[in-house]
Order: sequence, then C-alpha cells, then structure tokens
Amino acid sequence: MSFLELDRVAKQFGAQTVVDDFSLTVGKGEFVSFLGPSGCGKTTTLQMIAGFLDPTRGAIRLEGHDLTVVQPAKRGLGIVFQSYALFPHMTAAENVAFGLEMRRVPRSECSERVRATLAMVGLAGYEERYPRRMSGGQQQRVALARALVIRPSVLLLDEPLSNLDAKLREEMQIELRQIQRNLGTTTILVTHDQNEAMSLSDRIVVMSQGRIEQIGTPQETYERPASAFVSQFLGKTNDFAATIDRTATPGQLIAGSWSAPAPAGLAGPVTVSIRPERIGFGDAGLAAKIVTRIFQGNHWLFQCESECGAVIVIRQNDGQPQPAEGEAVRLAWRPEDMSLRRAGGAA
Amino acid sequence: MSAAPATDGRDARTAWLLTAPALMLFVGVLVIPLAMTVMLSFHDWGQYKGIEPVFILKNWHEVATDPYFAEMFWRTFRIALLTTLITAVLGAPEAYILNRMSGRWKSFFLLVILGPLLISVVARTLGWALLFGGNNGLVNKLLMSLGLIGSPLPFMFTETGIVIALAHVMMPFMVLSVWAALQRVDPQIENAALSLGAGPFTIIRRIVLPQIMPGVLSGAIIVFSLSASAFATPAIIGGRRLKVAATLAYDEFLNTLNWPLGAAVAVLLLVALVLIVVGSNALIERRYAEVFR
Amino acid sequence: MRTNGPLALIFHTIFVVVMLAPILVVCLVAFTPEGYLSLPTTSFSLRWFRAIANYPEFVHAFWVSLGLGALSSLVAVLFAVPAALAIARYSFRGRDTLAALFLSPLMIPHVVLGIAFLRFFTAIGIGGSFAGLLVAHVVVVFPFALRLTLAAATGMDRSIEMAAVSLGAGDWTLFRRVTLPLILPGVISGWALAFIQSFDDLTMTVFLATPGTETLPVRMFLYIQDNIDPLVTSVSASVIAITMTALILLDRFYGLDRVLAGKNDPGR
Repeated sequence: MSFLELDRVAKQFGAQTVVDDFSLTVGKGEFVSFLGPSGCGKTTTLQMIAGFLDPTRGAIRLEGHDLTVVQPAKRGLGIVFQSYALFPHMTAAENVAFGLEMRRVPRSECSERVRATLAMVGLAGYEERYPRRMSGGQQQRVALARALVIRPSVLLLDEPLSNLDAKLREEMQIELRQIQRNLGTTTILVTHDQNEAMSLSDRIVVMSQGRIEQIGTPQETYERPASAFVSQFLGKTNDFAATIDRTATPGQLIAGSWSAPAPAGLAGPVTVSIRPERIGFGDAGLAAKIVTRIFQGNHWLFQCESECGAVIVIRQNDGQPQPAEGEAVRLAWRPEDMSLRRAGGAA
Repeated sequence: MSAAPATDGRDARTAWLLTAPALMLFVGVLVIPLAMTVMLSFHDWGQYKGIEPVFILKNWHEVATDPYFAEMFWRTFRIALLTTLITAVLGAPEAYILNRMSGRWKSFFLLVILGPLLISVVARTLGWALLFGGNNGLVNKLLMSLGLIGSPLPFMFTETGIVIALAHVMMPFMVLSVWAALQRVDPQIENAALSLGAGPFTIIRRIVLPQIMPGVLSGAIIVFSLSASAFATPAIIGGRRLKVAATLAYDEFLNTLNWPLGAAVAVLLLVALVLIVVGSNALIERRYAEVFR
Repeated sequence: MRTNGPLALIFHTIFVVVMLAPILVVCLVAFTPEGYLSLPTTSFSLRWFRAIANYPEFVHAFWVSLGLGALSSLVAVLFAVPAALAIARYSFRGRDTLAALFLSPLMIPHVVLGIAFLRFFTAIGIGGSFAGLLVAHVVVVFPFALRLTLAAATGMDRSIEMAAVSLGAGDWTLFRRVTLPLILPGVISGWALAFIQSFDDLTMTVFLATPGTETLPVRMFLYIQDNIDPLVTSVSASVIAITMTALILLDRFYGLDRVLAGKNDPGR
C-alpha cells in the first residue's frame, strides 16, 4: 500500500550529486523521518517532494500520480520550515487563513477552520497576535496550524524543532506525535537529531552523502544498524576488530580474551559493534582498564582501554558501587546484543 | 539550508525577463550616450562651422600639450588630494569618538554629522561663501579675534577656500566609511589590550588604527573621486577664473560651445578616476584581504 | 567600553560646530530684516521668505524639482524592484556584470553624465525637454533605489515565499501579498533616497536644464553666479527645511543609518 512513492530519485547540482538512487514508499498515515548529518541530502529530498527543486532523475508519485509535473503551488502539501517562515505582516489567524484563501474557501468556513486549527495546536485566543510578538514555541505552532489547516495530503516538516530549547522541544515532540496520530496525516520529518527521529517516527530513513544507509523502524535501526555509519550516527557505539575461527567446531568468534560461538555466514576478520549500555562488568571476558569514570546522574559513563582498543561502557546508576578509575575489569555482553560486519565497514 | 536552489533554464529566463526593462534603459540611456561622448571627443569643432563629425586627435592633442590643461588637471587632483587628507585626519578620529558615545548621543550626533550629506550642495557651499565673505567674513573675524592671524586671509576665489568647503561637503562620506569599519571591531578588544598593559596611545596606534584603516582608505577613495569631479563647490567658491576639470568642461559646453574639447576633458577625467579608483581598490583589497574578509 | 576624555570631547564639539556652521549661517541670514547680507542681530524678519513669491523663477524651479524628483524616483523604483528581485534570488550568468552596470552611475562623475546626456538628447532631438531630464534623473537615481530594494530582498527569508507557494499562492499573489509587503520598507526608503538625490542634483542637471526646465538647485546656482543676496539664503533655508523634514520622516520610518549605509561607497 504505497501512498507516496519515491522511485530512484536523484538530484545533481552541476557535477555534484546531492541525492542519489533514493527509493522509498510511504504508507498512508505513516510518519517517516529522514535522518542524517547536514549535507546528507535530506532537505534536498524534501524540497523535491515539495516541488522547490526538480529531480534530475527518478519519479515521485502521490497515490500513483506523477507529482513532479504538478506546480509547487498545486501540490497541496503542508510544509513547516526550520525558520517557521511565518508571514511577519500578518496575524496568526491571517497566516493560517492564507492557504484557505488561496483555495477560495468561503469566509465563514474559513474562519471556523482557522479557529479550530489554532485551538488544536493550543493557540486559542492568539488569533490577532503578530508573529514577532510570539515566543518561538508559539510561532512553531502557528506554522504547524498553517500547514495543517489546508488538510494536506502529506505534511513535510523541515527541522521544525531545531530552533527550540531542549525542554520545549521535548514537549513539542509529544504534541506533534499526538496531533499527527489524531489527524492521520502522512508526515515526513527531516532532522539531524536522532532522538527526535526515534521518538516521533514509524520508520526512519538514515541518509549519508546523498544515499540511503538504512530504512527501518526506530528499534531496527538502533538495534541492527546496517552499516558502520548508522551505528555511529544513532547513539554511542563501540566498534572493534574480532576474528571468526572456522577451524574449531563449532566456529568461534574471538575478541581478545572474549569469545562466543560464531553465528553462521561470516568468516575471518570482522567488526563487532555493540552499544555501550549492553556491556557489563563480569568475571570473564575482554580484559580492560578503566581510564576515566564520569557520573551523569542516572547513569555512569566509563572510558576503558581494552585489549581491542577504546571501549565505552554505560551502566545504570542503581545505587550499587561501581569500579574506580584505574581498576582492571572484564567486559562481557550477550552475543545477541552485538552486530557483526565484515571488517572494512560494509554489512 | 543544506542546498541552495541551483539555477536551471527557467530561472535564468525569469531573471533576464525581470531585469530587461532596467537593462534596456541603461543600454539606451547610459551606455550609448557615454559611447557617443567618447566619439564626440574625436570630432572637430570651429567657431563658425560648429561640430564636424570626423575622426581627429586635435582635441586630445590640445589637452595633452597645452600647459593650461596640465595646470588645470594638476589643480583638480591637488584639491582632491588635500580634501581627502583633511577628511581622513579629522573624520577618522571623529568617527572613533562618535562610536564611543553612549546610545542616544551617538545616534543624535551621527544624524547631525551625516544629515548634511542629504542637504543640497549648493546650500552648503553658499554657507561657506557667506562665512568666507571677503575681508569681513566671519571666519576671518573669528581667526583675528583669536589672534591666529594678523590680517584677513583670502578664502573666496582661492584653492584654500575650495579645499575647506569641499572637505566639509565630503566629510560625512569619510565619517560614514570609518564608522562602518568600527562597527566590525569587537569592543572588547580594547579592553583586552588594556588588560595586557597597553596605554591609550598604544591602543589607538597598535589596535584601533590597523583595524579601521580599510575604512579610512575606502573612505579616501570615495572622497577623492567625488572631490576630483566636484562641480558646485569649485564653481561657487573658485569663481570664474579658478578652473577645475568639471567647471572647465561646463564652460566648454555651455559658454565656449566647443563640445568636442569639453568631451575630451570629461572623458580624460572619467578615465583617470576609474583608473585611480579601481587601482587603489585592488591595492587595498590585496593589502587588507584579511581584514576585509 | 571606555569613555571619551575631555580632549576628545573638545575635538568633537569643534567638529560638530564646523559641520553645522555653514548650514546655520545660511538659515540665520535668511531671517535678516536688512536689504543686504547680514546676520540678524536685533530682530528676525520673514521679508526674504515673502520675497521668494515675487521671483516666479524660483517658485517654478521648485515645482519642477519636486515633480522631477517624485516622478524620476517613482520610475526608478518601478524599474528597480523587478531587477533587484532577480539579482537577489537568481544566480544566472551575467548577474555580476548586470549589477555593476546598474550601480555604475554612482561611479561616473556627474559632470560626465551631464555631458553624455546633453550630447545624446541633442542628437535625438529632445534636448532641453522635461522628458530628457526625467530619463536622465531616472538613470542617476536608479542605483539608490536598487541598493535599498536589493538589501531588503536579500535580507528576506526565502522560505517565507516557499511557504506561500506551498499554500497555493500563484506568482502574482505571491508578489502582491507576501514579497512586496516584506520588502516595502526598503522600497520606500529607496524611493525617498532617490527623491533626495534627484531633488539635490546640480552637476548633471545644469547641463540639461533650459529656462523652462530649470530645477531649484540649477536656479540657485545660476543666481549665485551673478550675485549673492539674502533672497538666495531664504530659498536655501527653505530647501534645508524640506530636506530635514524628509530626513526625520525617513529616520522614523526606516532608520537613517540603514538609508545612509545604502548611500555610501560609490566605488563598488
């Protein structure tokens, strides 16, 4: 069931390829995030969907119809910009009403919808305010209301929360998620903030250098990163070299003094990837020494020097005593918590 | 934004369409007339035959060889240079003082000093003519009562008078230019120098001056080029005999009616100024590439 | 921030007095009750302001200047707004050359422009006409209109326009409802600065004006060439008063520092 479909979309500026071979299908009502560092092509992809840029190759289809031949003004998509892009010379209500005016919605219906939408984003009573007299969070809500009031087929959010402070951002994330669920609007979010992508989306598209690295649910991308890039980009991770010895039976995965039965498939030198919070201190395992110990409230962060290089360990602060700096420890983890890649990076 | 929209054919077409009216205006009413003026400087002229559209070097030869023109151009550039010096020496410190004033006074005096920029040059020069006003002028009376001079100095119809009035007319450009440079200077930087043990004189010489120098120099280019082509002030203060390039060209066109010769003078002025401005801009930008960014 | 010492303040005071002196003296002499140039000592009189009415050349020249200034700056703005939008937002080949051409009247001495226009208008047979004067002024004030409009258009957040487009606005609606209102302060200031430039121009206009189309600065200049009497000071004082009023309005409306920043730097 594909509602919005991007089929091998590419964008070139001169000789530079900014987006390449981008294929994605988005279901109706789905919330999809494009996640990646700046310059990875996520905003360019969004702008191609919006129609501000034309793809160099590939097709974009909405409910089976080619979207690229439609003028940006006729696409009927709602967009929230990073800068909010509110019309500074219009009040909140006038901002929200603009799209309805363009659609020649009758005045009575228009004012009713404006009022209802502003109320939905929690801005009842702010109709006559000008944007410059509103806080960042309020401006953000007006921008959201303006995009939603036209009942867009797809809502495009371009880093909408990046200008808000941390606390407000968290509140808005929850609210945004609720509104999106209630309305069932298909939504695409562009962000460089992995927490934002994780907490909001049904699926995440991780991008790097114009290419898709992985498409999956937040859990999949976090637990089973498809590439070194994904595992590095989504939270802290430890990568270190190990070998799989197929001469033994069953095959053994060996990293220093840690070993486990090898899974099927790979052989020879591999890269082990393991999240820091999945590593425990035990009696057996990888030999390491604690270099620094940092207290961070609800957890402890340990930087260790192990047989296989630097390793970060995060332990919940459960009130138990923790190893001190300089102490020799053994690091262990469950085989199912790690992911393995052939040495060299590719999955 | 991670990607600036690049231009495709459609955008370029829109851009040319939008600029087309202005472009046609400029080609039709600026480029063509300027080209015609250059042509004009090669035409012949006689008292009774008027302008003859031929191609000769007579006017250029006359401008190049007649010492009258050499003296006139030398005077023009001397006046411009002196004016530039005065505005730099007085305008730069004033901009610095202005910048250190507190908010309301700063904007008030900025208005007072920059406002005259928009007041008619004729009116401002008239003011100097009144102040100079022969031997009984206010300036002479003031200088004599201060005991600075024994007998009245001639200001009207002298280069001194032209330079003073012109410096007044051009001063706002210099203050504005230095002011703009000062806006880019971090105010904390002087405190940093102070904390390192620098005295006020050292701070100005070693910290402030190097940073505002690009502003002074670009102000100097503006003042120089405007002074060298100034018309109203030299015409009113200098009178009919003390000619500079602009007033001479005016005479050739509207009194003598020798247009080709006037055109040669004007074209020479234009070429000289463009060379000086472009040349010194390049020099400054190379020297101060770091500060200009 | 350190403050100014007494020496600096003395310098500043003298500087300001000298900057204002010529303007003040013109305004003071204009109020003299005497028939000759003198500073009014005992009483102020408006006789020389009333005398302006008896010199129709001045009154006529004033109206010519006013009409010329208003019209030429308006036309310049009409040409400048689309050009500024194109230069601000499209990167097309030839853009820098185009911008340099449009700003070039700032670099060319006005005496050269005056000569070029005189030559051109005489050649095509509109020498001495108001139309010729108008076209010349449009070209000369165009850079001022362009610069302030350009600054406004460049400083504008492009995503505001994208937002309007995504909500369904067509080209004309976009311009009328969103773009123009946003750049309007810049456009109006550009118009005002262009007006003042046109209203004050002497050097170029003196080549083009004929007795019917003399502007006020030209009339004043020609008058001063013959003799200086209190009449020309009262005319000057009136001009100064008009300019000051315009300045104060401009300052209230847009901020004079921003306007003047647009006037600086004829070199680039």
